[in-house]
Amino acid sequence: MYAYDEIDRTLVNERVSEFRDQVQRRLSGELTEDEFKMLRLQNGVYLQLHAYMFRVAIPYGTLASNQLRALAHVARKYDRGYGHFTTRQNIQFNWIKLSDLPDALADLAEVGIHAMQTSGNNMRNVTSDQWAGVAPGEIEDPRIWSELIRQHTTLHPEFSFLPRKFKIAITASDHDRAAIKVHDIGLRLIRNEKGETGFEVLVGGGLGRTPFIGKTIKHFVHGRDLLSYIEAILRVYNQYGRRDNIYKARIKILVHELGIEKFSREVEEEWQQIRYSSLQIDDEVIEDIRSRFIYPAYEKLPHMPDELRQAAADPEFEAWRKNSVAAHKNPGYSVVTISLKPIGAPPGDATAEQMDALADLADKYSFGEIRVGHEQNLALPHVAKRDLPALWKALDKLGLATPNVNLITDIIACPGLDYCSLANARSIPIAQELTRRFANHELANLIGRLHINISGCINACGHHHVGHIGILGVEKNGEEVYQITIGGRADENAALGTLIGPGVKFDEVADVVEDIVEAYLALRERPEELFMDTVKRLGVEPFKERVYATR
Amino acid sequence: MPLVNGGKIVDDSFVKLAVDTPLPEGGDILVPAERFLGEAEGLLKRAGKVGVIWPNNRDIAELVPYLGKIAAVALVFPTFRDGRAYSQARLLRERYNYRGELRATGQVLRDQFVFMLRAGFDSFEVKKQADAEAFMQTAKRYSVFYQPTGDGRITALHRRMQLRHSEGVGT
Repeated sequence: MYAYDEIDRTLVNERVSEFRDQVQRRLSGELTEDEFKMLRLQNGVYLQLHAYMFRVAIPYGTLASNQLRALAHVARKYDRGYGHFTTRQNIQFNWIKLSDLPDALADLAEVGIHAMQTSGNNMRNVTSDQWAGVAPGEIEDPRIWSELIRQHTTLHPEFSFLPRKFKIAITASDHDRAAIKVHDIGLRLIRNEKGETGFEVLVGGGLGRTPFIGKTIKHFVHGRDLLSYIEAILRVYNQYGRRDNIYKARIKILVHELGIEKFSREVEEEWQQIRYSSLQIDDEVIEDIRSRFIYPAYEKLPHMPDELRQAAADPEFEAWRKNSVAAHKNPGYSVVTISLKPIGAPPGDATAEQMDALADLADKYSFGEIRVGHEQNLALPHVAKRDLPALWKALDKLGLATPNVNLITDIIACPGLDYCSLANARSIPIAQELTRRFANHELANLIGRLHINISGCINACGHHHVGHIGILGVEKNGEEVYQITIGGRADENAALGTLIGPGVKFDEVADVVEDIVEAYLALRERPEELFMDTVKRLGVEPFKERVYATR
Repeated sequence: MPLVNGGKIVDDSFVKLAVDTPLPEGGDILVPAERFLGEAEGLLKRAGKVGVIWPNNRDIAELVPYLGKIAAVALVFPTFRDGRAYSQARLLRERYNYRGELRATGQVLRDQFVFMLRAGFDSFEVKKQADAEAFMQTAKRYSVFYQPTGDGRITALHRRMQLRHSEGVGT
């Protein structure tokens, strides 16, 4: 966990007082809505269908228990008692009043969290692996570098008015849990032959209406050059990115139009000019940031404690353990994922009571630390194995022990037409219906790993392009129509899904998904062959046949 | 439109010329880029200062041969959302060592002042009178800066290093 110092706290407080002044000027009419819009967006405030929506940053998905309590407090005091975790490690509050926002921000600032640059055409919240620092086999903790980038991108004087939003993600594990290939800049932490830390840099990935998988622009950028290299990319983008059409304004379009070779030459030329400037980072700076990350004092604990052996007799506990508990770099500990996808509920929602209770559990069992993943689930990153049974009981009481992590009911969905002014179709009700269809844990387990992603419009906040099954809601002649893709994925082998055929109506979506799943179960060579692998082996055709044969 | 320079509202000595405005006898003039590049020699010979209005979609490097001879560069913000001129400003100050007046024009509002100052602007054609009057107050809004730019403000990273070293002295 990164501990803010006086310098970080001062900046956040200065931002709060600036925003208070801006809200005041808007309320007094001194600022027009058009002028205010950009200012509120820079502070994570959207105007949605019913109310203002407030998006708070959880940089690289790491939260301290007191921060989670502060989020619960905001949900309770200024909203309707719940919050919604998003695919970019943020939390959203959907019913907040404009006049309350400065106070909500001030309350959050007390625990070092903020909403800077969670929307608007600037550098967004830096995201990372939710298992950073605890995943076995990780090269090093990517959050040190994420924090460096967080600071560098906060209120950047040159890049706060970019052609469009700009998202950076970073991973340090072979298995990419941060979806770096679908980000404007994706960073894969690696070591060179001398053992020095650096990054493979990918650029131009993104979803939205024109999806692209990011391309490698440089195979190795030394850690000390990371900021100058990012700065060079941004400078090229700021000057040449399109501003005439917001749908063509992301860096992916610039990279695509120029071609990666020409784009990388431009960046290289710019980089050579600034590489040896004050942007160069020396080891001392990195050490200073590292020193403010607090790591737990792990005990030496058994890999298989008695508590765990005894609890293994309980099939419900075992179902949860097998599903939600992952290996930790320290063998006496585990990483516990907390599903925010209970059957029949909107994906990613948590009530204030759940957040408070989870904060208490984090204090008791996870050194006060909570993580937020882009799959809209939470995690407790340092749970001693002997505590797993007790933790499970507590989570179960809170409705937070649904054993469906990575299964078909662990759905990623955008807010859709129920909340969002951009949406063309509903997302949440589709997700809810699907979780009911596959509510049987035995069935979901039999199907195995399968990610469904749902977006309620072409902007793709639900990342439907990279869902194993992707569902995109559009509007056609005043009706909601859903296009179904299969074969997408967001990990280290990221790929865009393929459309299986004509769109289907709202009422038919769950049936179509059932057909696809039945086809998969019949087609797979053996139970270990995951849905993704069957689609890869056979292509879209057999699924298409199955779905459209009777429609 | 009030002009803020050196932190104060001042009279603007420059007259803006269009592409085809007849050249006045004397006085300070701001000339569009195209006209300036076409008539540079003649313009620079006359009495009075010459400044250039440089559009945000033209490579600022073209202006480099003239930077020692001109008194002002006016960069343009067609809307406050269009941030290209921030890059041009930093290039002028940090790469090409331009030391003359660097003016922000177009849609210049209070909430951009800090960014603009950090990027190297020292002169501002402010859209609203109230914003111009609030300049000094607004410019002091922030005391912490994370990025190094040519404005010389110390960054958070370096301040931490200094604190570290000074704490280390007695130990």
